[in-house]
Amino acid sequence: MATLQLNNIVKDFGGTQVIKGVDLEVKDREFVVFVGPSGCGKSTLMRMIAGLESTTSGEIAIDGQRVNEVGPADRGLAMVFQSYALYPHMTVEDNMGFSLRLAKVPKAERREKVLAAARILQLEPLLDRKPRALSGGQRQRVAIGRAIVRNPSIFLFDEPLSNLDAALRVQMRIELARLHEELDATMIYVTHDQIEAMTMADKIVVLQDGVVEQIGSPMELYHHPRNRFVAGFIGSPKMNFLEVEVRGADAEGVDVALPGGDCRVPVAGDGVSAGDTLTLGIRPEHLVLDEAGPLTGRIQVIERLGGVTSLYLEHGDSEWILVADGNVAHRVHDEVRFTFDPACAHLFTADGLALAHLTRHPLADIDRKENRASSASDGR
Amino acid sequence: MIRPPFPTCFLQWGIPMRERTSGRTVGGFRNVFLQGPAVTLLLLWMLVPLGMTLWFSFQRYNLINPMISGFAGWDNYTYLLTDPALWTAMGNTLLLVGWVLAISVIGGTLLAVLFQQEFFGRGIARLLVIAPFFVMPTVGALVWKNMLMHPVNGVFAWLSGLLGLPVIDWFSSMPLASIIIIVAWQWMPFALLILLTAIQSLDDDQVEAARMDGAGPLAIFWFITLPHLKRAISVVIMIEMIFLLTIFAEIFVTTSGGPGLASTNLAYFIYIRALLDFDVGGASAGGVIAIILANIVAIFLIRTVAKNLET
Repeated sequence: MATLQLNNIVKDFGGTQVIKGVDLEVKDREFVVFVGPSGCGKSTLMRMIAGLESTTSGEIAIDGQRVNEVGPADRGLAMVFQSYALYPHMTVEDNMGFSLRLAKVPKAERREKVLAAARILQLEPLLDRKPRALSGGQRQRVAIGRAIVRNPSIFLFDEPLSNLDAALRVQMRIELARLHEELDATMIYVTHDQIEAMTMADKIVVLQDGVVEQIGSPMELYHHPRNRFVAGFIGSPKMNFLEVEVRGADAEGVDVALPGGDCRVPVAGDGVSAGDTLTLGIRPEHLVLDEAGPLTGRIQVIERLGGVTSLYLEHGDSEWILVADGNVAHRVHDEVRFTFDPACAHLFTADGLALAHLTRHPLADIDRKENRASSASDGR
Repeated sequence: MIRPPFPTCFLQWGIPMRERTSGRTVGGFRNVFLQGPAVTLLLLWMLVPLGMTLWFSFQRYNLINPMISGFAGWDNYTYLLTDPALWTAMGNTLLLVGWVLAISVIGGTLLAVLFQQEFFGRGIARLLVIAPFFVMPTVGALVWKNMLMHPVNGVFAWLSGLLGLPVIDWFSSMPLASIIIIVAWQWMPFALLILLTAIQSLDDDQVEAARMDGAGPLAIFWFITLPHLKRAISVVIMIEMIFLLTIFAEIFVTTSGGPGLASTNLAYFIYIRALLDFDVGGASAGGVIAIILANIVAIFLIRTVAKNLET
C-alpha cells in the first residue's frame, strides 16, 4: 500500500540541471515505467526517489508524507540495481537476509522470511551458494528476492534486465509481471527498452533531457503521442516522418499534400491554415503495400524476420520504413506502391506538438490490469 | 633470509616440445637456452650464500682467534639452541612482527577508509601520509630517536612537559615498544597504499544496496568494505611479514638491541654473534635457524594467501 507524489522535482549537479521540474503521481499498486534515451535523467530520478541522491528542490512524498529528508533505508523502499549489487562474500541466503540482520530480526524469523521469498522466486536450491556460482538470471532473481524480503511499500528497478540475454529477458519480463500481480506492490521501473516499457507498464513516463515529455498508458502513448519525440521513441521500427504542405483545414480534419495526391487526416485543425508546413508521422506497421497506393518507393534493404518483413524504402530524398507481413516476395531495388489509413497518421506542428486526433483510440484508456480477466471480478 | 621460490621452469628441462592450442610451441631446448642465463644467475645468487652459511655453521670459525678452527659437528647448534638469548631474540622477533603487523594493518585499513572520503586537499594529504614509506629506515629511525623520542630534546618530551607529565625515556624504559612504533610508522603507509587501491575497486552499487538495506557507516565498513579488503589484507600481511622478520637498521641506530637483549631480534642476534662476538660459526648456525623459521612462516602464509586469492 503506497502512493508516491513528485512535486516539481529538480536535480542540479554543480550548475547543470539534470532533472528540470518533474511532477508525477504514482497510484497504489501501479507499475510505472520511466523510459527515455540514455542520459535523459531517468536513473537519477529513480535514485532521488530511493534517497541515494539528494533533491535540489521540490518535494517527494510517499503516502502523502514528505520524505526528502528521510534516509534511503527508512523510506520503505527496495531497489534492484542494474548490476544486481549482490554482496559477493555472502551466500544467497545471507544476501537476501542482510536487511533483516541489520534490523536485528531473530535468526529463525529471518530464515522464514528468506525462505518465503525464495519460494516465490524458486531460489530454494540455491540458498547456500555464493553469487559467483550463479548464472545471470539467478543473480537477477536473488537481487529481486533481496528486495522482496524487505517487504517494501514501493519496489524500484533500475534497468534490471539489461545484463541478461534476449531469451532470459523475455522470461524475466513475464516473471516480473507475475510478481507484480502476486505481491500487489507499487513498482517503479527504469528502462531504455521500450518493449519492457510497453509490456509491463500501467503507466509510462517518457523522459528527455530531464523533462517529462508525456505520461500515459502504453496504448495512449502509442496511439496519441503528445509530440514528435514521443511518437518517434515509442514504436519499433521508428515512425516515418515526412514534411507535408497543408491544403486546407476544417473541423473534420486537415488536408495535406502527398506525392501521390491529397489526403485527409482526422485531427483537430485549429490554427492550421492552407500553405502551412506540417510533419506527417505514420508508423511502419500502418503502411500497407498496395498496387494502387498513392506513395511509391524503391526498396533499399529487406529485413525478413519470418513473421514480418521490414522494407527500407527510398523515394526521392525521403526514406520510409514499411513493415509488411512475412510473405512478401519483393526483392531489393523493386519499385513498390503503398498506402495507409489516414486515421492512423499523426500530424505535428513545426514545434513538434501533435495535433489532437478527433476520435480517441478505443484501447488508449485501457490499463494493463484490465488485460487480465480476473481483475474485473475481484473489484480492484 | 627468504629463499626465492624454486624456479619451476627447471621442471621443463628435457621435456619434449609441446604445442599450445594457439599453435605456439612451449618447452624444448630453445626455452632452456633462453632462460638458462637468468636461472643460473638466480641459482648461484641463492645457492652460494646458502651453501656457505651451511658450511660455516658446522665449522669452528672465530674472526679474532684463528686457532679455533676445524669441523664442529652440531656444536654450534647445540650451543645456540641452549642459549637463552636465542629464545629471547626469537620472542622479540615474533612480538615485533606481530605488533607491527597488527598496527599497520588495522591502522592502514582505517586510514584507507578515511582517505577514500572526499575532502579538501585529499591529493596532498594522501601524498603526505604515504611519505614515511619513502624515508630510509636508518634516517627514519634517527629522526625518531633524536627529534621525537629523545628524553631531552624530543618533541614527545616537550609535549609531556607541557602537560606536566613525567618524561619518558623511550629507548631505555620501553625499547621494544619504541622500535615497534618506529617500524609501524614506516610500514603503515605501505598497508594504506595497497588497501586504498583495493578500496577504490569496491563497487559503489554494493555500498548503495547496503545503504538501502539499512546499513549505517559502521555496518557498511564491517559487512561490505572489510570482506572486500580481505584479499588485499592477506597480501599486505605476507609482504610485510617477509620484511619485518629481518628488521635490522632501526634497532642498530636506536637501541643497539639493548638494554640487555630487550630489543634484540633474530637478525640483530646474528649480527651480535658474527660481528661483535666474532663467532662466525655460531652466527651461521643462527642464520640457518632464521632460514628455517622464515620458511615455516612463508609456507603457512603462502598457503593461506593462495587460498584467499582463489576466486
